Amino acid sequence: MGVIGNAFAWLTTAVNWQGESGVWNRLGEHLYFSGVCLLLSCLIALPVALWLGHLGRGGALAINLSNVGRAIPTLAVLILLTLTPLGRQGDLPTITALVLFAVPPLLTNAYIGMREVDRAVVEAARGMGMSGRQLFLRVELPLAYPLVMTGLRSAAVQVVATATLAAMAGEGGLGRIITAGFNTYNTPQVVAGALLVAGLALLVEGVLVAADRLLDPVRRRAAGAQKTA
Amino acid sequence: MSGQSCLTANDWICGEYVRSRGQELTDATVQHVWITALSVVLGLLIAFPLALLARGQGGRRSRLAGPILGLTTVLYTVPSLAMFSLLLPLFGLSAAVVVTGLVLYSLTVLVRNILAGLEAVPAEAREAAQGMGYAPARLLWEVELPLALPALLAGVRIATVSTVALTTVGAIVGYGGLGTLIVDGLDSLFKAQVLTASVICVLLAVVADLLLLWLQRALTPWTRVRTPRIRTGRAAAARAGRAARTAKAG
Repeated sequence: MGVIGNAFAWLTTAVNWQGESGVWNRLGEHLYFSGVCLLLSCLIALPVALWLGHLGRGGALAINLSNVGRAIPTLAVLILLTLTPLGRQGDLPTITALVLFAVPPLLTNAYIGMREVDRAVVEAARGMGMSGRQLFLRVELPLAYPLVMTGLRSAAVQVVATATLAAMAGEGGLGRIITAGFNTYNTPQVVAGALLVAGLALLVEGVLVAADRLLDPVRRRAAGAQKTA
Repeated sequence: MSGQSCLTANDWICGEYVRSRGQELTDATVQHVWITALSVVLGLLIAFPLALLARGQGGRRSRLAGPILGLTTVLYTVPSLAMFSLLLPLFGLSAAVVVTGLVLYSLTVLVRNILAGLEAVPAEAREAAQGMGYAPARLLWEVELPLALPALLAGVRIATVSTVALTTVGAIVGYGGLGTLIVDGLDSLFKAQVLTASVICVLLAVVADLLLLWLQRALTPWTRVRTPRIRTGRAAAARAGRAARTAKAG
């Protein structure tokens, strides 16, 4: 009870939320890192994956990339980048490491989403005389949407979780509260930081699951049809 | 200029470092391997009964399936740094913190894959064995488990590779194997140490994956013969792989 109680005491102390190493500032850094990385990763991975999926090529690449990505420790990449000249550029090592980490799962999920679209439906659409562009926008993309979004969601959650590691390489983010607590032997602060980080990851997951349900085009169309009927 | 100088020049690649600190590297690698192996083995021992509980009877998932899958997924969402920090008050500064955290992470992948493997066992195979008078336990060990093995081992491979990468984060409590060397190297700006330890870490993951692939082939010789049955095995493995394809932060 002691440690948890002390952790709550830490969390409810207003001073701990203010200033440069306060919770609000660290949360801002964390969301900034995660947001920028996710945006960059999507800009890199989604067009490539959707295009390859549409063409039906590069499957081995898309899937193996994800397997290779799993074997590479993000912490090591982060620290290696920090020690290169890139390390003097502020946030750049963190952002690069996180993008390298988020691209493989995004790419794989989006590619598989495109390939899992029922071939019969694609053939039927082609038979109706749809052009490649129409096929992509009106058939493949809406049907692939759930899996593409699943990939996006897991990438987002993982990026938020991994951004924590930036703290071990000396950059900002919520993980800094944990590592700072470690360096000063302040266990309540370590636990409080861990609770904050875990809470944020779960919150992001929850929000994205809800957003995913609200935005699904097929589900929305079904709901609209029900309303008019 | 040669010999000693790559240490003083702080080069990325330094043979002198590997020679002079060989013992340190070996110790870290050994620690890395046993933490990873212990975590995956314990994960498998816990995941198997959980998957059996989730499976239920007669091809329908039990009521426990939802909570079990949900809980393991939620655990997977918790960032590794936070997970190890939260376990710290329970175990103190010890390897148990790292191993427990890694076991909890491996459960997600393992439970899903074992469940997918068991569910993909053809009903005819099960019914035929039951018709021959197999008791449930014998049915499980002699029919269902061997048929679920490809999916199960696919899960073990994913879990092992991501556990190798994740072990590095254990450096926060001093039990990160090669990760400890990597983090120490950052503090002292010792480039050769960071690069060498990182490369060994990736090599470990590759070697572990290849060993498990070899084990999978040795244990499931029938998957290499082209009969309709392998299709179900491969499809199950593919499906299971899809169930847990994302990488965990390492």
